[in-house]
Amino acid sequence: MKKNQFLENFIHGIFLLLGLITVGCVLLITMYLVISGIPAICKIGPINFLFGTEWASTAKEAKYGILPFILTSIFGTAGAIVIGVPVGFMTAVYLSKLACPKVKSAMQSVVSLLAGIPSVVFGLVGMLVLVPGIRKVFQVPDGAGLLAAIIVLAIMILPSIIKMSVTALDAVPKEYEDASLALGATPVETYFRVSVPAAKSGIAAAVVLGVGRAIGEAMAVMMVAGNAPNMPNSLFQSVRFLTTAVAGEMSYSSGLQQQALFSIALVLFLFIMFINAALNFFLKREKE
Amino acid sequence: MKKLVITMLSMMLMCFVLVGCGAENAGSVSTDGSTSMEKVIGGLGEAFQNNTGIVFTYNPTGSGSGIKAVEEGRCDIGLSSRELKEEEKALGLKSTVLAYDGIAIIVNNENTVTDLSLETIAQIYVGEIINWSEIGGKDAEIVLVGREAGSGTRDGFESIIDSVDACNYRQELTSTGDVITAVSQNPGAIGYVSVASVKDSVKILTIDGVAATEENIKDGTYLLQRPFILVTKEDEALSEEAQKFFDYITSGDANDIISAAGVVPAN
Repeated sequence: MKKNQFLENFIHGIFLLLGLITVGCVLLITMYLVISGIPAICKIGPINFLFGTEWASTAKEAKYGILPFILTSIFGTAGAIVIGVPVGFMTAVYLSKLACPKVKSAMQSVVSLLAGIPSVVFGLVGMLVLVPGIRKVFQVPDGAGLLAAIIVLAIMILPSIIKMSVTALDAVPKEYEDASLALGATPVETYFRVSVPAAKSGIAAAVVLGVGRAIGEAMAVMMVAGNAPNMPNSLFQSVRFLTTAVAGEMSYSSGLQQQALFSIALVLFLFIMFINAALNFFLKREKE
Repeated sequence: MKKLVITMLSMMLMCFVLVGCGAENAGSVSTDGSTSMEKVIGGLGEAFQNNTGIVFTYNPTGSGSGIKAVEEGRCDIGLSSRELKEEEKALGLKSTVLAYDGIAIIVNNENTVTDLSLETIAQIYVGEIINWSEIGGKDAEIVLVGREAGSGTRDGFESIIDSVDACNYRQELTSTGDVITAVSQNPGAIGYVSVASVKDSVKILTIDGVAATEENIKDGTYLLQRPFILVTKEDEALSEEAQKFFDYITSGDANDIISAAGVVPAN
Protein backbone atom coordinates (compact mmCIF):
# COMPACT_ATOMS: atom_id res chain seq x y z
CA MET A 1 0.00 0.00 0.00
CA LYS A 2 2.71 2.37 0.99
CA LYS A 3 4.74 1.44 -2.02
CA ASN A 4 1.77 2.18 -4.26
CA GLN A 5 1.36 5.57 -2.66
CA PHE A 6 5.02 6.32 -3.23
CA LEU A 7 4.78 5.35 -6.90
CA GLU A 8 1.74 7.61 -7.34
CA ASN A 9 3.57 10.53 -5.80
CA PHE A 10 6.68 9.80 -7.82
CA ILE A 11 4.80 9.79 -11.14
CA HIS A 12 2.87 12.87 -10.08
CA GLY A 13 6.22 14.55 -9.47
CA ILE A 14 7.52 13.59 -12.91
CA PHE A 15 4.48 15.04 -14.62
CA LEU A 16 4.82 18.22 -12.59
CA LEU A 17 8.47 18.48 -13.60
CA LEU A 18 7.65 18.06 -17.29
CA GLY A 19 4.93 20.68 -16.99
CA LEU A 20 7.34 23.04 -15.32
CA ILE A 21 9.74 22.79 -18.27
CA THR A 22 7.28 24.80 -20.41
CA VAL A 23 6.67 27.34 -17.67
CA GLY A 24 10.41 27.58 -17.09
CA CYS A 25 11.08 28.24 -20.77
CA VAL A 26 8.54 31.06 -20.86
CA LEU A 27 9.93 32.61 -17.69
CA LEU A 28 13.51 32.26 -18.94
CA ILE A 29 12.76 33.86 -22.30
CA THR A 30 10.75 36.67 -20.70
CA MET A 31 13.48 37.41 -18.19
CA TYR A 32 16.19 37.23 -20.82
CA LEU A 33 14.31 39.60 -23.12
CA VAL A 34 13.62 42.10 -20.34
CA ILE A 35 17.18 42.01 -19.03
CA SER A 36 18.79 42.34 -22.45
CA GLY A 37 16.16 44.71 -23.85
CA ILE A 38 15.99 47.34 -21.12
CA PRO A 39 19.60 48.69 -21.24
CA ALA A 40 19.42 49.90 -24.85
CA ILE A 41 16.04 51.57 -24.25
CA CYS A 42 17.55 53.41 -21.29
CA LYS A 43 20.65 54.39 -23.27
CA ILE A 44 18.72 55.60 -26.30
CA GLY A 45 15.85 57.05 -24.27
CA PRO A 46 12.35 55.54 -24.43
CA ILE A 47 10.92 58.48 -26.40
CA ASN A 48 13.75 58.51 -28.96
CA PHE A 49 13.54 54.76 -29.26
CA LEU A 50 9.79 54.31 -29.62
CA PHE A 51 8.99 57.51 -31.51
CA GLY A 52 12.20 58.16 -33.44
CA THR A 53 11.52 57.99 -37.16
CA GLU A 54 15.03 57.12 -38.30
CA TRP A 55 16.89 53.82 -38.02
CA ALA A 56 20.57 53.78 -39.00
CA SER A 57 22.14 51.24 -36.70
CA THR A 58 25.58 51.02 -38.31
CA ALA A 59 26.04 54.71 -39.18
CA LYS A 60 28.75 56.71 -37.41
CA GLU A 61 26.07 58.67 -35.61
CA ALA A 62 23.77 55.73 -35.08
CA LYS A 63 20.05 56.43 -34.89
CA TYR A 64 17.72 53.95 -33.25
CA GLY A 65 14.16 55.07 -33.88
CA ILE A 66 11.73 52.18 -34.31
CA LEU A 67 8.51 54.08 -35.06
CA PRO A 68 8.71 53.02 -38.75
CA PHE A 69 8.89 49.36 -37.69
CA ILE A 70 6.03 49.66 -35.21
CA LEU A 71 3.78 51.43 -37.73
CA THR A 72 4.73 48.96 -40.45
CA SER A 73 3.88 46.02 -38.23
CA ILE A 74 0.54 47.60 -37.30
CA PHE A 75 -0.35 48.60 -40.89
CA GLY A 76 0.84 45.29 -42.30
CA THR A 77 -1.17 43.29 -39.79
CA ALA A 78 -4.23 45.51 -40.23
CA GLY A 79 -4.00 45.11 -44.01
CA ALA A 80 -3.71 41.35 -43.71
CA ILE A 81 -6.79 41.32 -41.45
CA VAL A 82 -8.78 43.52 -43.84
CA ILE A 83 -8.11 41.08 -46.69
CA GLY A 84 -7.87 37.82 -44.76
CA VAL A 85 -10.83 38.08 -42.37
CA PRO A 86 -13.66 38.51 -44.92
CA VAL A 87 -12.27 35.69 -47.05
CA GLY A 88 -11.62 33.43 -44.08
CA PHE A 89 -14.97 34.22 -42.43
CA MET A 90 -17.02 33.56 -45.55
CA THR A 91 -15.11 30.35 -46.16
CA ALA A 92 -15.86 29.27 -42.60
CA VAL A 93 -19.59 29.98 -42.99
CA TYR A 94 -19.62 28.03 -46.23
CA LEU A 95 -17.73 25.09 -44.78
CA SER A 96 -19.75 24.92 -41.59
CA LYS A 97 -23.26 25.52 -42.94
CA LEU A 98 -23.57 25.29 -46.71
CA ALA A 99 -21.05 22.77 -48.03
CA CYS A 100 -22.03 19.15 -48.56
CA PRO A 101 -20.00 16.75 -46.40
CA LYS A 102 -17.69 15.59 -49.21
CA VAL A 103 -16.74 19.12 -50.27
CA LYS A 104 -16.38 20.10 -46.63
CA SER A 105 -13.88 17.35 -45.80
CA ALA A 106 -11.90 17.96 -49.01
CA MET A 107 -11.72 21.71 -48.42
CA GLN A 108 -10.84 21.29 -44.79
CA SER A 109 -7.87 19.11 -45.63
CA VAL A 110 -6.69 21.72 -48.14
CA VAL A 111 -6.96 24.39 -45.46
CA SER A 112 -4.91 22.20 -43.09
CA LEU A 113 -2.33 21.76 -45.83
CA LEU A 114 -2.12 25.53 -46.24
CA ALA A 115 -1.41 25.80 -42.52
CA GLY A 116 1.43 23.32 -42.91
CA ILE A 117 3.28 25.12 -45.70
CA PRO A 118 6.54 26.52 -44.29
CA SER A 119 6.76 30.31 -44.27
CA VAL A 120 9.94 30.31 -46.34
CA VAL A 121 7.93 28.75 -49.18
CA PHE A 122 5.40 31.59 -48.95
CA GLY A 123 8.32 34.01 -49.13
CA LEU A 124 9.89 32.32 -52.12
CA VAL A 125 6.68 32.17 -54.11
CA GLY A 126 6.03 35.79 -53.13
CA MET A 127 9.46 36.81 -54.36
CA LEU A 128 9.19 35.02 -57.69
CA VAL A 129 5.50 35.54 -58.50
CA LEU A 130 3.90 38.22 -56.32
CA VAL A 131 6.65 40.86 -56.38
CA PRO A 132 7.13 40.92 -60.19
CA GLY A 133 3.34 40.71 -60.52
CA ILE A 134 2.77 43.82 -58.39
CA ARG A 135 5.48 45.63 -60.37
CA LYS A 136 3.73 44.88 -63.68
CA VAL A 137 0.13 45.39 -62.56
CA PHE A 138 0.70 48.71 -60.77
CA GLN A 139 3.52 49.95 -63.05
CA VAL A 140 5.85 50.70 -60.13
CA PRO A 141 9.67 50.42 -60.30
CA ASP A 142 9.76 47.60 -57.76
CA GLY A 143 7.04 45.33 -56.37
CA ALA A 144 8.67 44.49 -53.05
CA GLY A 145 6.97 46.45 -50.28
CA LEU A 146 4.05 46.81 -47.90
CA LEU A 147 1.40 45.53 -50.33
CA ALA A 148 3.32 42.35 -51.15
CA ALA A 149 3.81 41.69 -47.43
CA ILE A 150 0.11 42.29 -46.71
CA ILE A 151 -0.97 39.82 -49.39
CA VAL A 152 1.46 37.14 -48.19
CA LEU A 153 0.36 37.66 -44.57
CA ALA A 154 -3.34 37.58 -45.53
CA ILE A 155 -2.87 34.16 -47.12
CA MET A 156 -0.82 32.91 -44.19
CA ILE A 157 -3.45 33.79 -41.59
CA LEU A 158 -6.34 32.20 -43.53
CA PRO A 159 -5.98 28.69 -42.05
CA SER A 160 -6.08 29.86 -38.41
CA ILE A 161 -9.09 32.09 -39.07
CA ILE A 162 -11.00 29.44 -41.04
CA LYS A 163 -10.33 26.55 -38.65
CA MET A 164 -11.25 28.45 -35.51
CA SER A 165 -14.35 30.05 -37.04
CA VAL A 166 -15.57 26.67 -38.32
CA THR A 167 -15.19 25.21 -34.83
CA ALA A 168 -17.16 28.10 -33.35
CA LEU A 169 -19.91 27.89 -35.98
CA ASP A 170 -20.18 24.10 -35.65
CA ALA A 171 -20.73 24.51 -31.93
CA VAL A 172 -23.89 26.63 -32.35
CA PRO A 173 -26.82 24.49 -31.05
CA LYS A 174 -28.97 23.16 -33.88
CA GLU A 175 -32.15 24.23 -32.01
CA TYR A 176 -31.33 27.91 -32.60
CA GLU A 177 -31.21 27.41 -36.35
CA ASP A 178 -34.26 25.14 -36.39
CA ALA A 179 -36.24 27.78 -34.51
CA SER A 180 -35.20 30.47 -36.95
CA LEU A 181 -36.09 28.32 -39.95
CA ALA A 182 -39.44 27.41 -38.39
CA LEU A 183 -40.25 31.12 -38.05
CA GLY A 184 -39.85 31.47 -41.81
CA ALA A 185 -36.32 32.81 -42.20
CA THR A 186 -34.35 31.58 -45.22
CA PRO A 187 -31.26 29.45 -44.57
CA VAL A 188 -28.85 32.31 -45.44
CA GLU A 189 -30.76 34.71 -43.18
CA THR A 190 -30.54 32.10 -40.43
CA TYR A 191 -26.77 31.70 -40.79
CA PHE A 192 -26.02 35.42 -40.69
CA ARG A 193 -28.71 36.52 -38.19
CA VAL A 194 -28.61 33.53 -35.82
CA SER A 195 -25.54 31.29 -36.22
CA VAL A 196 -22.91 33.97 -36.67
CA PRO A 197 -24.05 36.15 -33.74
CA ALA A 198 -24.17 33.04 -31.55
CA ALA A 199 -20.58 32.22 -32.53
CA LYS A 200 -19.24 35.75 -32.42
CA SER A 201 -16.84 35.26 -29.51
CA GLY A 202 -15.22 32.34 -31.28
CA ILE A 203 -14.95 34.29 -34.51
CA ALA A 204 -13.45 37.24 -32.66
CA ALA A 205 -10.92 34.86 -31.12
CA ALA A 206 -10.11 33.61 -34.64
CA VAL A 207 -9.40 37.16 -35.77
CA VAL A 208 -7.15 37.80 -32.78
CA LEU A 209 -5.30 34.57 -33.48
CA GLY A 210 -4.80 35.77 -37.06
CA VAL A 211 -3.42 39.08 -35.76
CA GLY A 212 -0.96 37.17 -33.59
CA ARG A 213 0.17 35.02 -36.47
CA ALA A 214 0.60 38.02 -38.78
CA ILE A 215 2.51 40.21 -36.35
CA GLY A 216 4.95 37.44 -35.46
CA GLU A 217 5.79 36.31 -38.99
CA ALA A 218 9.34 37.07 -40.09
CA MET A 219 10.72 34.82 -42.81
CA ALA A 220 8.10 35.25 -45.53
CA VAL A 221 7.82 38.98 -44.89
CA MET A 222 11.57 39.47 -45.04
CA MET A 223 11.65 38.11 -48.58
CA VAL A 224 8.93 40.35 -50.01
CA ALA A 225 8.83 43.59 -47.98
CA GLY A 226 12.05 45.18 -49.27
CA ASN A 227 13.36 45.77 -45.72
CA ALA A 228 14.45 49.39 -46.09
CA PRO A 229 13.69 51.21 -42.81
CA ASN A 230 11.20 53.68 -44.32
CA MET A 231 8.02 55.08 -42.84
CA PRO A 232 5.09 53.12 -44.31
CA ASN A 233 3.52 56.05 -46.17
CA SER A 234 2.59 54.19 -49.34
CA LEU A 235 1.47 50.66 -50.20
CA PHE A 236 4.43 50.25 -52.53
CA GLN A 237 7.00 51.61 -50.08
CA SER A 238 9.84 49.28 -49.16
CA VAL A 239 9.31 48.71 -45.43
CA ARG A 240 10.72 46.81 -42.47
CA PHE A 241 8.60 45.01 -39.85
CA LEU A 242 9.47 44.60 -36.16
CA THR A 243 10.25 40.92 -36.74
CA THR A 244 12.41 41.48 -39.81
CA ALA A 245 14.28 44.31 -38.11
CA VAL A 246 15.44 41.80 -35.49
CA ALA A 247 15.99 38.86 -37.82
CA GLY A 248 17.69 40.84 -40.57
CA GLU A 249 20.43 42.49 -38.56
CA MET A 250 20.96 40.07 -35.68
CA SER A 251 23.53 37.84 -37.36
CA TYR A 252 26.10 40.60 -37.85
CA SER A 253 25.24 42.91 -34.99
CA SER A 254 27.36 43.99 -32.06
CA GLY A 255 27.33 46.40 -29.12
CA LEU A 256 24.47 48.86 -28.76
CA GLN A 257 23.04 47.76 -32.13
CA GLN A 258 22.60 44.22 -30.79
CA GLN A 259 21.08 45.51 -27.54
CA ALA A 260 18.69 47.69 -29.54
CA LEU A 261 17.62 44.61 -31.51
CA PHE A 262 16.79 42.90 -28.23
CA SER A 263 14.77 45.98 -27.29
CA ILE A 264 12.82 45.65 -30.55
CA ALA A 265 12.20 42.01 -29.67
CA LEU A 266 10.93 43.16 -26.27
CA VAL A 267 8.50 45.61 -27.90
CA LEU A 268 7.30 42.82 -30.21
CA PHE A 269 6.94 40.52 -27.21
CA LEU A 270 4.76 43.10 -25.44
CA PHE A 271 2.57 43.38 -28.54
CA ILE A 272 2.12 39.62 -28.62
CA MET A 273 1.42 39.43 -24.88
CA PHE A 274 -1.30 42.00 -25.39
CA ILE A 275 -2.76 40.02 -28.28
CA ASN A 276 -2.68 36.83 -26.21
CA ALA A 277 -4.49 38.59 -23.39
CA ALA A 278 -7.16 39.68 -25.87
CA LEU A 279 -7.42 36.11 -27.17
CA ASN A 280 -7.89 34.74 -23.65
CA PHE A 281 -10.55 37.35 -22.98
CA PHE A 282 -12.59 36.29 -26.03
CA LEU A 283 -12.16 32.58 -25.37
CA LYS A 284 -13.25 32.98 -21.78
CA ARG A 285 -16.34 34.91 -22.84
CA GLU A 286 -17.19 32.18 -25.32
CA LYS A 287 -17.08 29.55 -22.56
CA GLU A 288 -19.44 31.55 -20.39
CA MET B 1 22.35 -10.57 -12.52
CA LYS B 2 23.70 -11.37 -15.96
CA LYS B 3 21.65 -8.51 -17.38
CA LEU B 4 23.11 -6.12 -14.86
CA VAL B 5 26.66 -7.08 -15.78
CA ILE B 6 25.98 -6.63 -19.47
CA THR B 7 24.40 -3.23 -18.82
CA MET B 8 27.36 -2.12 -16.74
CA LEU B 9 29.83 -3.34 -19.32
CA SER B 10 28.08 -1.58 -22.17
CA MET B 11 27.91 1.60 -20.11
CA MET B 12 31.64 1.43 -19.45
CA LEU B 13 32.21 0.93 -23.16
CA MET B 14 30.11 3.98 -23.92
CA CYS B 15 32.17 5.98 -21.48
CA PHE B 16 35.36 4.96 -23.25
CA VAL B 17 33.88 5.94 -26.61
CA LEU B 18 32.84 9.30 -25.23
CA VAL B 19 36.25 9.91 -23.70
CA GLY B 20 37.80 8.93 -27.01
CA CYS B 21 35.68 11.48 -28.84
CA GLY B 22 36.57 14.12 -26.31
CA ALA B 23 40.27 13.54 -26.84
CA GLU B 24 39.85 13.82 -30.58
CA ASN B 25 37.86 17.04 -30.28
CA ALA B 26 40.66 18.62 -28.29
CA GLY B 27 42.84 18.22 -31.36
CA SER B 28 40.61 20.18 -33.68
CA VAL B 29 40.58 23.50 -35.48
CA SER B 30 37.57 25.73 -35.10
CA THR B 31 36.84 28.73 -37.29
CA ASP B 32 34.01 31.21 -36.97
CA GLY B 33 32.90 34.21 -38.99
CA SER B 34 32.10 35.64 -42.40
CA THR B 35 29.36 33.92 -44.36
CA SER B 36 30.94 35.21 -47.59
CA MET B 37 33.97 33.01 -46.89
CA GLU B 38 31.93 29.82 -46.58
CA LYS B 39 32.92 28.46 -49.98
CA VAL B 40 36.65 29.08 -49.67
CA ILE B 41 37.08 28.08 -46.03
CA GLY B 42 34.84 25.05 -46.45
CA GLY B 43 37.01 23.77 -49.30
CA LEU B 44 40.21 24.41 -47.36
CA GLY B 45 38.88 22.76 -44.22
CA GLU B 46 37.79 19.66 -46.08
CA ALA B 47 41.16 19.25 -47.77
CA PHE B 48 42.97 19.82 -44.47
CA GLN B 49 40.81 17.29 -42.66
CA ASN B 50 41.38 14.69 -45.37
CA ASN B 51 45.13 15.22 -45.37
CA THR B 52 45.81 15.32 -41.64
CA GLY B 53 42.79 13.74 -39.96
CA ILE B 54 42.45 16.77 -37.70
CA VAL B 55 38.80 17.73 -37.24
CA PHE B 56 37.88 21.07 -38.80
CA THR B 57 34.79 23.09 -37.94
CA TYR B 58 33.38 26.28 -39.43
CA ASN B 59 30.60 28.33 -37.95
CA PRO B 60 29.10 30.79 -40.46
CA THR B 61 28.01 33.62 -38.19
CA GLY B 62 29.24 36.77 -39.92
CA SER B 63 32.43 38.82 -39.77
CA GLY B 64 31.51 40.72 -36.61
CA SER B 65 30.61 37.57 -34.70
CA GLY B 66 33.75 35.79 -35.92
CA ILE B 67 36.02 38.56 -34.70
CA LYS B 68 34.20 38.57 -31.37
CA ALA B 69 34.55 34.78 -31.13
CA VAL B 70 38.36 35.01 -31.44
CA GLU B 71 38.50 37.80 -28.90
CA GLU B 72 36.48 35.73 -26.43
CA GLY B 73 38.49 32.59 -27.20
CA ARG B 74 35.51 30.67 -28.55
CA CYS B 75 37.34 29.66 -31.73
CA ASP B 76 40.90 29.30 -33.01
CA ILE B 77 40.74 31.42 -36.13
CA GLY B 78 38.20 34.12 -36.92
CA LEU B 79 37.13 34.86 -40.47
CA SER B 80 36.37 38.38 -41.60
CA SER B 81 35.51 39.70 -45.03
CA ARG B 82 36.50 43.22 -44.05
CA GLU B 83 39.69 44.80 -42.65
CA LEU B 84 39.77 44.93 -38.83
CA LYS B 85 38.59 48.21 -37.34
CA GLU B 86 40.99 50.22 -35.16
CA GLU B 87 39.08 49.38 -31.99
CA GLU B 88 39.26 45.69 -32.87
CA LYS B 89 43.01 45.86 -33.43
CA ALA B 90 43.28 47.61 -30.06
CA LEU B 91 41.87 44.45 -28.45
CA GLY B 92 45.02 42.59 -29.49
CA LEU B 93 43.78 41.02 -32.69
CA LYS B 94 45.96 40.40 -35.72
CA SER B 95 44.86 40.08 -39.33
CA THR B 96 46.39 38.01 -42.13
CA VAL B 97 45.05 38.33 -45.68
CA LEU B 98 44.03 34.95 -47.08
CA ALA B 99 42.55 36.02 -50.40
CA TYR B 100 40.90 38.86 -52.31
CA ASP B 101 37.24 38.77 -53.17
CA GLY B 102 35.92 40.77 -56.08
CA ILE B 103 32.48 42.31 -55.69
CA ALA B 104 30.45 42.09 -58.86
CA ILE B 105 27.85 44.66 -59.89
CA ILE B 106 24.90 42.79 -61.32
CA VAL B 107 21.92 43.95 -63.36
CA ASN B 108 18.99 42.24 -65.02
CA ASN B 109 19.73 40.37 -68.25
CA GLU B 110 17.36 42.72 -70.12
CA ASN B 111 19.43 45.76 -69.14
CA THR B 112 21.39 47.33 -72.03
CA VAL B 113 24.05 48.99 -69.84
CA THR B 114 27.30 47.00 -69.78
CA ASP B 115 29.88 49.23 -68.12
CA LEU B 116 29.91 51.73 -65.25
CA SER B 117 32.66 53.72 -63.57
CA LEU B 118 33.21 53.52 -59.83
CA GLU B 119 32.02 57.12 -59.43
CA THR B 120 28.85 56.43 -61.38
CA ILE B 121 28.12 53.44 -59.17
CA ALA B 122 28.57 55.63 -56.11
CA GLN B 123 26.25 58.28 -57.60
CA ILE B 124 23.65 55.62 -58.34
CA TYR B 125 23.74 54.18 -54.84
CA VAL B 126 23.49 57.53 -53.03
CA GLY B 127 20.56 58.51 -55.26
CA GLU B 128 22.13 61.20 -57.49
CA ILE B 129 21.40 59.17 -60.61
CA ILE B 130 17.92 57.66 -60.47
CA ASN B 131 17.09 56.64 -64.04
CA TRP B 132 18.86 54.23 -66.38
CA SER B 133 18.39 56.70 -69.26
CA GLU B 134 20.87 59.08 -67.57
CA ILE B 135 23.64 56.54 -68.12
CA GLY B 136 22.72 55.20 -71.52
CA GLY B 137 20.04 52.66 -70.67
CA LYS B 138 16.30 52.45 -71.18
CA ASP B 139 13.95 54.90 -69.49
CA ALA B 140 13.39 53.05 -66.23
CA GLU B 141 13.87 53.93 -62.59
CA ILE B 142 16.95 52.36 -61.01
CA VAL B 143 16.01 49.96 -58.21
CA LEU B 144 18.82 49.63 -55.70
CA VAL B 145 19.18 46.19 -54.16
CA GLY B 146 21.66 45.68 -51.35
CA ARG B 147 22.49 43.70 -48.25
CA GLU B 148 21.46 44.27 -44.62
CA ALA B 149 23.39 46.55 -42.27
CA GLY B 150 26.39 44.70 -40.85
CA SER B 151 26.85 42.38 -43.81
CA GLY B 152 30.47 41.99 -44.89
CA THR B 153 29.58 42.40 -48.56
CA ARG B 154 27.67 45.60 -47.88
CA ASP B 155 30.44 47.00 -45.73
CA GLY B 156 33.02 46.02 -48.37
CA PHE B 157 31.00 47.55 -51.19
CA GLU B 158 30.12 50.78 -49.38
CA SER B 159 33.67 51.37 -48.19
CA ILE B 160 35.10 50.79 -51.69
CA ILE B 161 32.70 53.28 -53.30
CA ASP B 162 33.22 55.58 -50.32
CA SER B 163 29.58 56.02 -49.39
CA VAL B 164 29.25 54.15 -46.10
CA ASP B 165 25.73 54.54 -44.68
CA ALA B 166 24.80 56.96 -47.45
CA CYS B 167 23.22 54.37 -49.75
CA ASN B 168 19.57 54.74 -50.49
CA TYR B 169 18.40 51.14 -50.84
CA ARG B 170 15.04 50.08 -52.20
CA GLN B 171 15.55 46.54 -50.95
CA GLU B 172 17.82 45.25 -48.20
CA LEU B 173 18.10 41.48 -48.39
CA THR B 174 19.83 39.09 -46.05
CA SER B 175 21.58 36.74 -48.44
CA THR B 176 23.52 36.73 -51.69
CA GLY B 177 20.99 34.36 -53.24
CA ASP B 178 18.11 36.71 -52.43
CA VAL B 179 19.96 39.63 -54.07
CA ILE B 180 20.53 37.62 -57.25
CA THR B 181 16.88 36.49 -57.31
CA ALA B 182 15.58 40.03 -56.76
CA VAL B 183 17.79 41.45 -59.53
CA SER B 184 16.91 38.65 -61.94
CA GLN B 185 13.20 39.40 -61.43
CA ASN B 186 13.32 43.17 -62.03
CA PRO B 187 14.57 44.79 -65.28
CA GLY B 188 15.41 48.03 -63.45
CA ALA B 189 17.36 46.52 -60.59
CA ILE B 190 21.05 46.77 -59.76
CA GLY B 191 22.78 44.82 -57.00
CA TYR B 192 26.14 43.68 -55.67
CA VAL B 193 27.38 40.21 -54.72
CA SER B 194 30.64 38.29 -54.38
CA VAL B 195 32.10 37.43 -57.77
CA ALA B 196 32.31 33.83 -56.57
CA SER B 197 28.57 33.50 -56.21
CA VAL B 198 27.25 35.12 -59.39
CA LYS B 199 25.01 32.97 -61.55
CA ASP B 200 23.92 33.18 -65.19
CA SER B 201 20.50 34.52 -64.24
CA VAL B 202 21.98 38.04 -64.02
CA LYS B 203 24.45 40.15 -66.02
CA ILE B 204 27.79 41.27 -64.55
CA LEU B 205 28.89 44.80 -65.43
CA THR B 206 32.48 45.79 -66.16
CA ILE B 207 33.91 48.53 -63.94
CA ASP B 208 35.78 51.28 -65.85
CA GLY B 209 36.00 48.79 -68.71
CA VAL B 210 37.61 46.09 -66.55
CA ALA B 211 35.85 42.75 -66.19
CA ALA B 212 35.62 41.03 -62.83
CA THR B 213 38.06 38.24 -63.67
CA GLU B 214 40.63 36.61 -61.43
CA GLU B 215 43.65 38.23 -63.18
CA ASN B 216 42.09 41.67 -62.94
CA ILE B 217 41.29 41.26 -59.27
CA LYS B 218 44.77 39.91 -58.50
CA ASP B 219 46.64 42.69 -60.32
CA GLY B 220 44.38 45.32 -58.80
CA THR B 221 42.93 46.75 -62.03
CA TYR B 222 39.44 45.65 -61.01
CA LEU B 223 38.59 48.19 -58.37
CA LEU B 224 35.65 46.62 -56.56
CA GLN B 225 37.44 44.14 -54.33
CA ARG B 226 37.97 43.41 -50.64
CA PRO B 227 40.23 41.18 -48.54
CA PHE B 228 39.29 37.90 -46.86
CA ILE B 229 41.05 37.95 -43.52
CA LEU B 230 42.14 35.40 -40.93
CA VAL B 231 41.84 36.89 -37.44
CA THR B 232 44.07 35.62 -34.64
CA LYS B 233 45.21 36.89 -31.27
CA GLU B 234 48.39 38.97 -31.30
CA ASP B 235 49.92 37.77 -28.05
CA GLU B 236 48.57 34.25 -27.83
CA ALA B 237 49.99 31.34 -29.83
CA LEU B 238 47.62 29.14 -31.77
CA SER B 239 47.20 25.51 -30.75
CA GLU B 240 49.47 23.09 -32.62
CA GLU B 241 46.65 21.95 -34.89
CA ALA B 242 45.37 25.45 -35.59
CA GLN B 243 48.90 26.63 -36.43
CA LYS B 244 49.22 23.69 -38.85
CA PHE B 245 45.99 24.73 -40.56
CA PHE B 246 47.01 28.39 -40.63
CA ASP B 247 50.38 27.53 -42.23
CA TYR B 248 48.72 25.23 -44.74
CA ILE B 249 46.25 27.80 -46.04
CA THR B 250 48.65 30.75 -46.11
CA SER B 251 51.66 28.90 -47.56
CA GLY B 252 50.47 28.87 -51.15
CA ASP B 253 50.06 25.06 -51.16
CA ALA B 254 46.32 25.46 -51.01
CA ASN B 255 46.04 28.14 -53.69
CA ASP B 256 44.29 25.78 -56.08
CA ILE B 257 41.49 25.27 -53.60
CA ILE B 258 41.22 29.02 -52.92
CA SER B 259 41.01 29.74 -56.65
CA ALA B 260 38.45 27.01 -57.10
CA ALA B 261 36.21 28.90 -54.68
CA GLY B 262 36.22 31.89 -57.03
CA VAL B 263 38.47 34.19 -55.02
CA VAL B 264 42.07 35.21 -55.61
CA PRO B 265 44.79 33.84 -53.27
CA ALA B 266 46.92 36.49 -51.58
CA ASN B 267 50.07 34.40 -51.03
